[in-house]
Amino acid sequence: MEPQRSFPKKLASSLVPAVPYLWLGLFFLVPFLIVFKISLSDPAVSQPPYKPVFEWGDVAGFFQGLDLENFEVLTSDDLYLSATLSSVRIAAISTILLLLVGFPIAYAMARAPERYRSLLVAMIILPFWTSFLIRIYAWIAILKPEGLLNQGLLALGVIGEPLNILNTETAVYIGIVYAYLPFMVLPLYATLEKMDDTLLEAAQDLGSPPWRAFWTITVPLAMPGIIAGSLLCFIPAVGEFVIPDLLGGSETLMIGRQLWSEFFSNRDWPLASAVAILLLIILVVPIVIYRDVESRRVETKA
Amino acid sequence: MRRSFAPWSDPAAKPLIRFENVTKRFGDAVAVDHLSLNIYESEFFCLLGPSGCGKTTLMRMLAGFEHPSEGRITLADRDLAGVPPYRRPVNMMFQSYALFPHMSVERNIAFGLKQDGLPKAEIAARVDEMLRLVQLERLAKRSPSQLSGGQRQRVALARALAKKPKVLLLDEPLGALDKKLREETQFELMDIQHDLGMTFVVVTHDQEEAMTMADRIAVMDHGRIVQVATPGEIYEQPKTRFIAEFVGDVNIIEGNVLGQENGHWRVRSRSAQPPLTIDDPDEVLHSDQAVAIAVRPEKMVIQRDPPGTDAVNVLTGEVWDIGYLGDWTVYRVKLASGEILRVTRANRSRYVESPIDWDEQVYVTFAPDAAVILAE
Repeated sequence: MEPQRSFPKKLASSLVPAVPYLWLGLFFLVPFLIVFKISLSDPAVSQPPYKPVFEWGDVAGFFQGLDLENFEVLTSDDLYLSATLSSVRIAAISTILLLLVGFPIAYAMARAPERYRSLLVAMIILPFWTSFLIRIYAWIAILKPEGLLNQGLLALGVIGEPLNILNTETAVYIGIVYAYLPFMVLPLYATLEKMDDTLLEAAQDLGSPPWRAFWTITVPLAMPGIIAGSLLCFIPAVGEFVIPDLLGGSETLMIGRQLWSEFFSNRDWPLASAVAILLLIILVVPIVIYRDVESRRVETKA
Repeated sequence: MRRSFAPWSDPAAKPLIRFENVTKRFGDAVAVDHLSLNIYESEFFCLLGPSGCGKTTLMRMLAGFEHPSEGRITLADRDLAGVPPYRRPVNMMFQSYALFPHMSVERNIAFGLKQDGLPKAEIAARVDEMLRLVQLERLAKRSPSQLSGGQRQRVALARALAKKPKVLLLDEPLGALDKKLREETQFELMDIQHDLGMTFVVVTHDQEEAMTMADRIAVMDHGRIVQVATPGEIYEQPKTRFIAEFVGDVNIIEGNVLGQENGHWRVRSRSAQPPLTIDDPDEVLHSDQAVAIAVRPEKMVIQRDPPGTDAVNVLTGEVWDIGYLGDWTVYRVKLASGEILRVTRANRSRYVESPIDWDEQVYVTFAPDAAVILAE
């Protein structure tokens, strides 16, 4: 006979899988629904700064007060479209730069003698020990016209007059690549480290020079890491606010910044919520693509 | 089988591969120690030895993954120094198979051909030929993870053969297969090698595998070659005690040389009374030299009745263990001196009137030419 499990144990074992759902429901789905509701409301000079506010007495009136007006504003005003496109462009270019910088780092780490590897991983994570904000402020000190970088380059005689980097898109790229690098390096490292070196030997043995073996063997096998790292960087980069605000110029248009100014400068919560919903929709697309790719990969493996 | 294939005993024959005084050091450790070796075209050559004896390093130097610290390696009279692995007319079947997990069976086999830039039609034809050779036509589109161990081994073989290299290197080719499959595959490998006329160099630690497949075996120990010879010679005329013990089962009887009598060596041993008579004319020994006498278990005769007075090499003891293996029976006989001999007997008939039993007093004899004298 099978041993009967006591009731509390059964309850516990059925509750444990529910914890993540509970978490997601409470801290993701509910806030999302609230934001979605606000995006359908109208701005108002009141507390909270929108109407209608839900009241049990007037359910019908509440639903009549909701409309898609804010989304119409988003589509009719060029600003939001160009801010969105600009964000996607900046995030995409940043992701490519991150790949170019991150892949060699991850590759070198995976190739390093085994006893150094955990140390190298620790060094990649080390910057997180300092506040993100302080690190970005530090870049202002480095990039400003009389900053460290310009002083160094002037002293070396590489340039005749200070470069104007701060408050340009270049500064935003530098900031994003710097801040997001661990998110690119770690997934890449995880896949490259698992890779069997004899596969490269086999490729060489069959007549493939090392550089070609890199493209035919290493890169395809690192693809899960490349995709994971790219998404981990691309998704938050699209909505990035702090870096373009601190390092970017006034002409650096990004949707996260737009969102901030709708909320805090214009106090137009409903429009800001609509922007947030738009951002979410933009970001769902790559995640769906990733899941699709991933499930197909798992399928072929099984 | 080719009966008269023995280029190594033909002084006019030119070796295909030459190792000339090759040494390989890893830091302080010497993996290969001043080693010279010739391998001939179309030979099935086995490098046999315990793990860490340097056999894999030797093979990796031939493939180009390691470089000799000293000496040189030539292939068809061309010095291989400085030739990278991807330019050597040598292909390797890896112990782990090293199949590319992101490519189908077909694409794995085609990989080497693509590197040579062959036309597509030719690649397809060659891949089909290889798939037929290893009988995997129906699995061409599968990915390596969908194959069994034996099937993977075949893909690895087909991939390494596809470029028709001058030399095929096989690193423990059967190590990952179960016993039955291993035996089948041994014979298949021999057939393939014979049909293609290719030179095979196999690294193995399994003496049975080496004995079955090889034209010649090089037994290695501590970075040196102890003996290079045909399987028959290795088994019947081992040069050292290490080889006698490493290849097959053997009984070692220690003793001291008394002298020569009628062309036979007389050896005194505490295990045998009177002294033993051994017929090994090639050995040059001096009186009182300590020697080991090696006798294979199947060359010893076990009997219950005392042998005649003219019998030589009689050992007496009692049966300690009996192992019935079907085709053979193994007797472990404990001598009065405490040593345990291993004697095997072929079970020629299905029924024996009164078989030798445990604890019985028995006589073990062997002919003078059944034994080999190994200088200590």
